[in-house]
Amino acid sequence: MQIQTTIDDHRIAKLAAFAIALHMLEAVVPSPLPGVKPGIANIVTLYVLLQYDFATAAWVSILRVFASSLLLGQFMSPAFALSLSGALLSLGTLWVAQHLPRQYFSAITLSILAAFAHIAGQLIVVRLWLIPHASVSYLIPIFATAALFFGLINGLVTAKLLYNKAQLSDPDKTEPGST
Amino acid sequence: MLSLLRSPKPTLRHLLIGDWLTIIFSTIITVYLFQVLWSHEHASKVQVRIGDKVHAVYNINQQRYIKVHGAMGDAVIHISQGKVRFSKSPCHNQYCVHQGWLTRNGQAAICLPNQISLELIGEQKPYDSLNY
Repeated sequence: MQIQTTIDDHRIAKLAAFAIALHMLEAVVPSPLPGVKPGIANIVTLYVLLQYDFATAAWVSILRVFASSLLLGQFMSPAFALSLSGALLSLGTLWVAQHLPRQYFSAITLSILAAFAHIAGQLIVVRLWLIPHASVSYLIPIFATAALFFGLINGLVTAKLLYNKAQLSDPDKTEPGST
Repeated sequence: MLSLLRSPKPTLRHLLIGDWLTIIFSTIITVYLFQVLWSHEHASKVQVRIGDKVHAVYNINQQRYIKVHGAMGDAVIHISQGKVRFSKSPCHNQYCVHQGWLTRNGQAAICLPNQISLELIGEQKPYDSLNY
């Protein structure tokens, strides 16, 4: 059986492979608290969103969640549910936030907002399903701090990647988004 | 594609005015969350419930043992200078006793078999996300 693929499919597959590789790298990094992770795979989602479009970014993000959970043996486990809920809420936020004016808001804002949405999605699942107890709220400040910190770092890396890309394709252009 | 990684070192000059606003706003929210959710406001009273009725409210700044009659029998509640615990309970698994001392406003110990629950309350009742 031959599946007809388009050039977009190939691009999505390639970009998703990048995201999966980053996710795998991160999976071996120990974390002090379950759930507090840098989320470096989100750099790829953001980069794709700003370089291509939202649909491609959504494909890459969802493919990454499914493929990574299969590779790590977590498919349909609580870890997978957390990953998926975080990714979905994060995508929903990006879908709204992508309309922010680009001359004032760069990838860094999108990254921080996505990181907050990511932990919000995870905490909702934790609260409703995994640990249905009010004491979960004690963890919120820790997760919020992590989201702010890692969201900022990921955003800076994404901004730098986009800047490099802009310089590669057009060396005269010096600032990303300064149109 | 890999050529993009030639210098992935992030630099602050990519930050635009809106990004600074986002960072400041997020920091304020995070600090606010710490203050609201990690406030260790001391409780002043303990509310004892039997079934769905409030049995009594005691001041917790005292040293006292209180015997309360629940669905299975008598439980003993120990109040000791700002903290409260179940010190004896007729229930089977003794979860309520093992929970230990309650010290913070809003903390609760619930003995389901015996239908007795303790909840620490302060001057102001904290936001209750269980009942919201």
